[in-house]
Amino acid sequence: MVPLSYYLVLSAILFACGVTGFLIKRNIITIFMSIELMLNAVNLTFVAFAAELRALSGHVFVFFVMVVAAAETAVGLAIIISVFRTRETLNVDRVNLLKL
Amino acid sequence: MSLHLWIIPLLPLAGAAINGLLGKRFSKALVNTIALGTTAAAFGYALYVTVRFLGLPADQIPHIERYATWISAGTFFAEYGIYLDQLSLVMLLIVTGVGFLIHIYSIGYMEHEGGYYRYFAYLNLFMFFMLTLILANNYLLLFVGWEGVGLSSYLLIGFWFLKDSAADAGKKAFITNRVGDFGFLIALFLLIKHFGNLQYEHVFNAVSPYPVEVTAGLLTAIGLLLLVGAIGKSAQIPLYVWLPDAMEGPTPVSALIHAATMVTAGVYMLERSNPIFDRAPIALMAVAVIGTLTAIFAASIGILQTDIKKVLAYSTISQLGYMFMGVGVAAYGAGIFHLMTHAFFKALLFLSAGAIIHGLGGEQDMRHMGGLRKYMPYTFWCMTIATFTIAGFPPLAAFFSKDEILWKTWARGDHVLWLIGIIAAGMTSFYMFRLWFLTFFGQYRGAQAEDSAHGHDGHDARGGHGTPHESPMVMIIPLMILALLSCVGGWVGIPTVLGGSDRFDHFLDPVFHSTAEAAPGGEAAAMPAEAPANHEEASTELALMVISVAVAAIGFFGAWFLYYKRPELPAQLAKSAGGLYTFVLDKYKVDEFYSAAIIKPIVLVSTNVLWKGIDATLIDGAVDESASGAKDISDGMRQMQSGNIRSYAGWVAFGAAVVIAFMVWKGVR
Amino acid sequence: MHLVLFFIFGAVCVGAAINLLVQKHPINSALSLIVVMGSLALLYLLLGAEFVAAVQIIVYAGAVMVLFVFTIMLLNAGEEEVLPHSSRVAIVLGVPGLIAGLAIGVWVLGRFAGLDRISIGGPAILNGTEGFGNPQAIAHLLFRDFLLPFEVTSILILIAIMGAVVLARREE
Repeated sequence: MVPLSYYLVLSAILFACGVTGFLIKRNIITIFMSIELMLNAVNLTFVAFAAELRALSGHVFVFFVMVVAAAETAVGLAIIISVFRTRETLNVDRVNLLKL
Repeated sequence: MSLHLWIIPLLPLAGAAINGLLGKRFSKALVNTIALGTTAAAFGYALYVTVRFLGLPADQIPHIERYATWISAGTFFAEYGIYLDQLSLVMLLIVTGVGFLIHIYSIGYMEHEGGYYRYFAYLNLFMFFMLTLILANNYLLLFVGWEGVGLSSYLLIGFWFLKDSAADAGKKAFITNRVGDFGFLIALFLLIKHFGNLQYEHVFNAVSPYPVEVTAGLLTAIGLLLLVGAIGKSAQIPLYVWLPDAMEGPTPVSALIHAATMVTAGVYMLERSNPIFDRAPIALMAVAVIGTLTAIFAASIGILQTDIKKVLAYSTISQLGYMFMGVGVAAYGAGIFHLMTHAFFKALLFLSAGAIIHGLGGEQDMRHMGGLRKYMPYTFWCMTIATFTIAGFPPLAAFFSKDEILWKTWARGDHVLWLIGIIAAGMTSFYMFRLWFLTFFGQYRGAQAEDSAHGHDGHDARGGHGTPHESPMVMIIPLMILALLSCVGGWVGIPTVLGGSDRFDHFLDPVFHSTAEAAPGGEAAAMPAEAPANHEEASTELALMVISVAVAAIGFFGAWFLYYKRPELPAQLAKSAGGLYTFVLDKYKVDEFYSAAIIKPIVLVSTNVLWKGIDATLIDGAVDESASGAKDISDGMRQMQSGNIRSYAGWVAFGAAVVIAFMVWKGVR
Repeated sequence: MHLVLFFIFGAVCVGAAINLLVQKHPINSALSLIVVMGSLALLYLLLGAEFVAAVQIIVYAGAVMVLFVFTIMLLNAGEEEVLPHSSRVAIVLGVPGLIAGLAIGVWVLGRFAGLDRISIGGPAILNGTEGFGNPQAIAHLLFRDFLLPFEVTSILILIAIMGAVVLARREE
């Protein structure tokens, strides 16, 4: 069997990758995808603990996370599309009208 | 059985309120009526009270009335109440009577002045506070009156407030008074601490078991501090400097406040506290010494002054010194006697001087007067009576009162003080007759009028007004009444050695001897009330009286010689005396000394330390620094809002990392 | 056996995640993400979460990622440019963030060393519990204990639909 900590380490690595992408990528959509990666990493942690504690509520929580992620994706992409329409670019650094 | 004594102070207060608030729209006649009406009513009621009082049995004296509680805080309480005994009755009659006469006089004097209603409102306000002071039944209410008369004095000295010198003089009076009040307050605090509250009865009862203190103790401390307060109010050394400056006010004000009534408040307060002083001989001696020194010091300055009002001011200081001397040798009755006669003749002197000034259109310098007895006969005769009175010629009033003080001083063994007092009496006679000769005799030295413009404005000490003229009757009548009182006022106190019955002293006995049984030291307080028991004492007294009269006569002849017979001599003497002359003329440079030693350092400290150092640097700096600090902090925080989304992302990640770290740390503890 | 599978698919996960970071064109990143999700689904199966695995494939990989790919192609996103002026703050804070994240992970591992001994995974039959992770069991939980969040979530989806429609509408 697989020790629990291995799953946790994997989850941490995935999360860290997500954070890195969130910070260094310049394309809005890629940043968004990094967020999704982070959510997935967390899902893995939930399921791992659900298995260890034999508590199904972990699964239910993962279910809800996915629902929220889906809703968030829908709205977020809609926002990205409208930003693209006005600014003609997907480069985050160009969306800086609030600059000092 | 209440005599409703509250009416007496409140009548002038009502007058002051009405005149003060509404008087601007009143006609002069209406202002007069209100002001005089209330004062006359107060005087009339005082007379009525006197009659009732004289009919009271001895156990109902002092007659105390309590109206309401003012302060009730724990064990301390103070109330609105009135304490009427012989002492306050005498003061009451003096204040209301002389005050009323001066009100009448003011109608004529202030005829052409602006701010007419304001003057009478202030005058009535002063009456209210003075009456409160006299009639109060506890030290706290006395202090209210005390401060109030100081306030009224300030308002009235600075009546012509647009004149810098008048405004400054008002401030000087108030501030100097304040210095004395500081001592007074500490005395009150000591009284509260040791005796519980400030009601007269309570304090005097609590004090009576105390023995006479031969060394400095609590009562000596209280006595000395009360003395400090009295020094400020009654213009003794070293706090007399405000009184000559106070002559900036209108002359009736000088007469009422700075001669007859307010400055005597200090004497009254000391007399009222006689149970304390009876047991603190050190404090009593201090009173006597200060009084005597002031008497001679002020007299010496008065000899050389050229402004007629300044001479009278220094004369007042000197005579107050006599009253203090009287209190200091525990001749309390004599002190009040002199207070009463002084009220008469000093008010008369000031009002006559006011008539002269008024008649000359504002001239106050005696060097520009002379030969006025032709022009102002009534004034001349009244002033003559007053001058002979103050010099101490019998049978006029001041002879009896001043002599009684001097006799009691000698009889108590204070020969040195007596000697100083006699010399001061001689000087008094000299300078008063100098004034008399310079003003009324010889050639008129005033400036001739260029035009017939009515030069009454402001009564500044400048410029003649054509022919000097007599004052209107409304001013002369009070003069005549006061002259009459100066003549006969002393007759209530003719000592037994001259055939009288010392009625005044006997009248005041119960005030000063009610607690005398606690003084086992054979106090001098017990002594003077009885007639001299033996011929030796009687002959000594007579001998001293003769010396007093002789000294007064010497003063007269000296003045006659120098200012009538050989008027060129004083200038020569002044030249030969040189530096000493100018030193005395400059009032011994006391004002300059105070300015340099006390005022300048205070101003320096205020400016540099308190203003520039603490206020500007510390407080303003703290406020400014905190404001700019907040600005700097927000300037720094502003960098977070760069508009750059990725920096926001960075901040979010950073914040999340911090939170997670915290939660992990918490979780593993 | 589970260990082997875990390592294989774990490696695939990590590799795809790193690929997501490295690729310049967003479509490549999206496809990498799909790979990540697929491997995760398999890991869920290893952990006995059958329902969750299925939902992961159907919803996450099948719907959400399709949406991503669709948007990328709609907007015709090109390759990422290299802008000289990028946010220094992000890099300055991001790299430590990443390190911090990994450090936490390692630390958790060390702290809960005891977990090394706890082994999980395997089909429910092996663990002796019938029906752990199957839809029936989850349904029992979802529609009874978690009914309120379920209903609230449905409202959330409604709002998201409305928001998406409004936001993406072309101005007439």
